[in-house]
Amino acid sequence: MGYTPEMLDLIKKVEASRPERLERSKKGLDFEPLTLSGREEVLNKFHPDYKADGRRDVKVGPSKGENYPDRFADVLESKARLLVSGAELDKLTEYETDVLVIGGGGAGTAAALMAQEQGCKVILATKLRHGDANTVMAEGGIQGATQEVDSPYYHYLDVIGGGHFTNTPELVAALTNDAPLVIEWLERLGLMFDKDPDGRLRVRHGGGTCRKRMHSSGDMTGSAIMRVLRDESRNRSADINVLEFSSAVEILKDSQGRAAGALFYNMETEEYFVIKAKSTVMATGGYGRLHIQGFATTNHYGATADGLVMGYRAGVPLAFMHSTQYHPTGVAFPEQNIGLLITEKVRGLGANLLNIDAEQFVFEREPRDVESACIIRECMERGNGIVTATGRVGVWLDSPMIEVLEGPGAVKRELPAKHIQFMRYGIDISKVPMLVYPTLHYQNGGLTIADDSATNVPGLFAAGETTGGVHGENRLMGNSLLDITVFGRRAGTNAATYAKSYDGEVGDVNMDHVDAYHKEMAEAGVDTDRVAPLVLPNYTREEIMEKQLTTNYQGGLRA
Amino acid sequence: MSEAKREIRVATGDQAILPEGTQLVPIYIMGKQYQVPETMTIQKAVEFAGYQFIRSCGCRGGICGACPTIYRVAGDYHLHFCLACQTVVQKDMYLTQMPFFPANRAAYEIEEVDASAETIMKLYPEVMKCVACNTCTKSCPMDIEVMEYVNAAMRGDIAKAARLSFDCIQCGLCSSRCPAQIQHFHLAQLCRRVHAKYQVPQAEHLKPRVAAINDGRFVDMLKDLVGDSEETLRELYVARESEPQKSEGWQPEDKQFL
Repeated sequence: MGYTPEMLDLIKKVEASRPERLERSKKGLDFEPLTLSGREEVLNKFHPDYKADGRRDVKVGPSKGENYPDRFADVLESKARLLVSGAELDKLTEYETDVLVIGGGGAGTAAALMAQEQGCKVILATKLRHGDANTVMAEGGIQGATQEVDSPYYHYLDVIGGGHFTNTPELVAALTNDAPLVIEWLERLGLMFDKDPDGRLRVRHGGGTCRKRMHSSGDMTGSAIMRVLRDESRNRSADINVLEFSSAVEILKDSQGRAAGALFYNMETEEYFVIKAKSTVMATGGYGRLHIQGFATTNHYGATADGLVMGYRAGVPLAFMHSTQYHPTGVAFPEQNIGLLITEKVRGLGANLLNIDAEQFVFEREPRDVESACIIRECMERGNGIVTATGRVGVWLDSPMIEVLEGPGAVKRELPAKHIQFMRYGIDISKVPMLVYPTLHYQNGGLTIADDSATNVPGLFAAGETTGGVHGENRLMGNSLLDITVFGRRAGTNAATYAKSYDGEVGDVNMDHVDAYHKEMAEAGVDTDRVAPLVLPNYTREEIMEKQLTTNYQGGLRA
Repeated sequence: MSEAKREIRVATGDQAILPEGTQLVPIYIMGKQYQVPETMTIQKAVEFAGYQFIRSCGCRGGICGACPTIYRVAGDYHLHFCLACQTVVQKDMYLTQMPFFPANRAAYEIEEVDASAETIMKLYPEVMKCVACNTCTKSCPMDIEVMEYVNAAMRGDIAKAARLSFDCIQCGLCSSRCPAQIQHFHLAQLCRRVHAKYQVPQAEHLKPRVAAINDGRFVDMLKDLVGDSEETLRELYVARESEPQKSEGWQPEDKQFL
């Protein structure tokens, strides 16, 4: 285990060039950052979003005519798992509540907590366990202008510049304005932020920030946030009912066209059931497990775009779904960890990116898309990547530099989870560099929302990665944990307000919008057996599927 | 075209890329033998065998706690504990996964508890039954000193308990093994929260910022930015003063937007 002899030979070059690079780093001499036009040039040539193949115009729905990656267009141009009458839905109704939250990650849990604080009864339903979400995988931190030399004004500029000035401005204003409020909320709930002895929050730079505003909790910031939010929701279990292994498969509407709950599938008993609600929050996360463009992904098992499909069929247009974030530093070795994320904090702490000749080729704190494009260029065009025995390619991320810049023991202290993860394979990242390559990380786009987290469908709110616009075409590090908490809170609060003003109880519900969607597909000539939401990815080998002679697959699920 | 470029195979999602000459080895999933590639993690090997996970699979990256796994290797009496997504298979391993383990969590009001031994005793009195067997520590897939933090909590050293348990992913293996029936991971979560809230000094510099936001100090500034043209925003973006990496004592020249 550990690196092969060939790779260890190449690492000697990294060690040889390290003293000189450390000298430069201590003097504050960084690799020259790209200009705005330089950034655009490398993006146009090397970023996967800019490739014309593997995409098509979607033929149906509120964003008809938009150009999306094929794998995503496929789930939009799919049939419902189930289409039944209002009378059938009535028979299937098992729960009624004020606010229904679909999704058990950070956004959904934040929404549930805020809705409960407004006096609402909440059901939070999630298809895996509460907390099985990309939230727990976010390592690097959460942004917020908490320091005196910073303000939401500069945070706004960083976000919109990082997003190539495409972001929805009102959402950026909400994000940056609320950020310090969210940090304070998390502190109050008992989150172990990294702090100085006097209580001052420690902050760092991230790619594309002009002020240090990255707050962290070790290198498990997302996990720490999820643990605290989940723990708090369990303290409030009298009002927040959590249903696990319950996958939402369709939004339901009332006779006035308002979102009025959802149809669910019990992952274990294979039963369907209905939850009626006065308002609904969609917080189902992203689509990494669709493996857009064939990329490996950092995402959790359930990231299959379910909320996008449901919201889209219910009539919510999509924003920025042409844009996908590839994290610059995914694991390229060992194969067992392929695609997993290595936090940007490693570069924030001063580790260089190096090619096969141990040379720097990029400024380490470019925005993520630019950084990714530069790594792809170094490997694919210039042929300066390191190729592994399993045919992967990557560049070095020189983590041992951190031991010198921040003092001995810094790697283990600052990156405990990453240190353990590599030690399992005999690689001590405080002594040897990591091999990295861009990995499919984040869905920049999603359901269109306003700054109060409301969609255009009355009673339907959305928050987190399932929405689009906050980050425009590119998200900066530390703004996803911020997005889920800011908009999760806003969605919860506003869904509660909506529920409280709902006249009477929820009446009959229907799936008319799904029926209409099917008809639109037929009219557009989309003839398919595909079923969505996928619910889970299907990793069954073809050799096995060929012999599963009586098994059907509905979306990604066996049935 | 370079040599390197021709050799690169495109990764297709999570489907395994098997190096030439990969050997298959027998593993026993809940007692039943399957032949799987020797280089795979247990998680991917179980999928290779033909299973589709509903339970026992979450982040696939060693941080969510969904895939705790228990195994023995034929001919060796030792029990091993691991995460399926992080552990490579071994020839003749007999494994089972533990997607859930019952552990009661004590509800509390975070605003009304304190960081004391009394809080611990009241909510989790069973910690006093610890027999110091260290089985919890031996079963932890995150290499946490579980018994040490339990003992620290027992003594009222909440800070130490919080620090030592920080990497906990709440998989439940510790509690599944404990002869004293302690519910370690819930106890640890309690310690971390009360430590952060009541023992660590709060961020005083954050309070005036929160007050300023609640007073609407940034509303007009942000409104102006929302209304600005892309051209103006580009100018403002390029003109931002950048805080240096070594920033002690640094002050921006322009302070009107702070």
